[in-house]
Amino acid sequence: MPFDDVLAAYDPALGLEVHVELNTASKMFCGCPAVFGGEPNAGTCPTCLGLPGAMPVVNGKAVESAIRIGLALNCDIAEWCRFARKNYFYPDMPKNFQTSQYDEPICFDGYMDVDVDGETYRVEIERAHMEEDTGKSLHVGGSTGRIHGADHSLVDYNRAGIPLIEIVTRPILGAGEKAPEVAKAYVAQLRELIVALGVSEARMDQGNLRADVNLSLSPKGSGALGTRTETKNVNSFRSVERAVRYEMQRHAVILSGGGSILQETRHWHEDTGITTSGREKSDAEDYRYFPEPDLVPVAPSREWVDELRETLPENPTVRRARLQADWGFSDMEMRDTIGAGALGLVEETIAEGAAPQAARKWWLGELARRSNEDGVDIVDLPITPADVARIQALVDEKVVNDKLARQVFEGVLAGEGSPDEVVEKRGLAVVSDDGALGAAVDKAIAANPDVADKIRDGKVAAAGALIGAVMKEMRGQADAARVRELILEKLS
Amino acid sequence: MPEISRDEVAHLAMLARIDLSDAELDHLAPQLSVILESVASINGVAGDDVPPTSHPLPMTNVFREDVVVPGLTAEEALSGAPAVEDQRFSVPRILDEEA
Repeated sequence: MPFDDVLAAYDPALGLEVHVELNTASKMFCGCPAVFGGEPNAGTCPTCLGLPGAMPVVNGKAVESAIRIGLALNCDIAEWCRFARKNYFYPDMPKNFQTSQYDEPICFDGYMDVDVDGETYRVEIERAHMEEDTGKSLHVGGSTGRIHGADHSLVDYNRAGIPLIEIVTRPILGAGEKAPEVAKAYVAQLRELIVALGVSEARMDQGNLRADVNLSLSPKGSGALGTRTETKNVNSFRSVERAVRYEMQRHAVILSGGGSILQETRHWHEDTGITTSGREKSDAEDYRYFPEPDLVPVAPSREWVDELRETLPENPTVRRARLQADWGFSDMEMRDTIGAGALGLVEETIAEGAAPQAARKWWLGELARRSNEDGVDIVDLPITPADVARIQALVDEKVVNDKLARQVFEGVLAGEGSPDEVVEKRGLAVVSDDGALGAAVDKAIAANPDVADKIRDGKVAAAGALIGAVMKEMRGQADAARVRELILEKLS
Repeated sequence: MPEISRDEVAHLAMLARIDLSDAELDHLAPQLSVILESVASINGVAGDDVPPTSHPLPMTNVFREDVVVPGLTAEEALSGAPAVEDQRFSVPRILDEEA
């Protein structure tokens, strides 16, 4: 169904649940390293393996990070709250429960203002609570590494117990046609905030930041909330946008055909851009939450909360206004930069010494194009702001021209090394040495005597043809301005 | 007074992955009701001045410093596992559910 037809008949309601893996040194409830990967099961202890008698103790730094996230999202901070056991049987949690928070989240009732195409949408935050990550399962025997068809599963508990903060929005209503963009912008701005707080690496491609997308449709103007689906495993900004769009269209087709939406978990497929049915929300969702008896309540003093409030980074709205003024960007340039998810990248590139317009040009041109082509979020491209600033410096120093700079980008993105290494390996430096250029200019003049005569007669515009010939001879690696000077010198 | 129905016991057994036969349900459901009733007698002594209490000790904010302490080696971690493959815990395949 065309997207416009969906909007003509229905109002979307969005909800987002984002899990943020904190970058503490140790796990949430034990002293194991909070580092995923590495040698399997080498970062575990009796507590995170759920062995009998092991006692958890809360990581104070994780509580601090949770409060700072809550404050940055304009939340109230609970004066007193408890952890709770979420009981379920699944081998990714060896305790048979996940330690989480239930009806007493540490942070609640906040909001974040999200900018989309120059308009601001207020996304209300229902809660942000503390919990722990699960182990990582590998499914063996199936053709695709998924559960279906697998013979058995292999579990690595290094990730089990890494601190997570789950941030849950209230239903986002009234976004209409912008719903997919609002969802994407919310996750992108949330990531920016998390990075500014310094509480997580916040890389979606590494699973430090994971989004679940809730969506429902209701008949236009009815004001009711329809039945929702929860799409899991949406792990890039653009996938968030695509998943919302896809589910809106899928729901609309079912509803307009007189069907009803099944409340269920759905899985997002990055490659095909569709969702498929997961499990139905049913008895299996009865988690029998109860207060965690092994952990005492958390009661952050108001003094502590105020101290942490002092450590918050600049308010995002204020920050955007400041950066726009500092950089001299037009409203349109600023909007495009935010829309591309490149605000932080441009800022870091400028901090590395590039001029604002140059930083914007590369990120929104060459690199935005690559991110679209490769289907990768721009922040996940294998190039750093320092690399981009260095490439611009190479242009400024006339080591390469703009055209060769594109090849340097290509080389860095292909993993050939730093910008300087790529220039070296690919032999990309432009030649401004008069000896080599002079020879090429002489050759071009000899090959084009009629053009040379025109220039001698004062038709300077004809020099373009000779410059082209020299550039071709030098395989593009010539300083065009210097070539022009040499031609005019020789033919004056 | 709390009374737990046979259906509720069957539901809880399912959630706890305890396979109860019909005969066991007939036998256990009334017993659980009796136990709950006995425990419920505490309601009779808890006055308005006694709040529901999940934690008996009046303590809050017991925190650990965020420092890494050595845990188990992978060999130790896996030593109690019924089955190991590729230095991971090997578990039977999981039906009907997906992480």
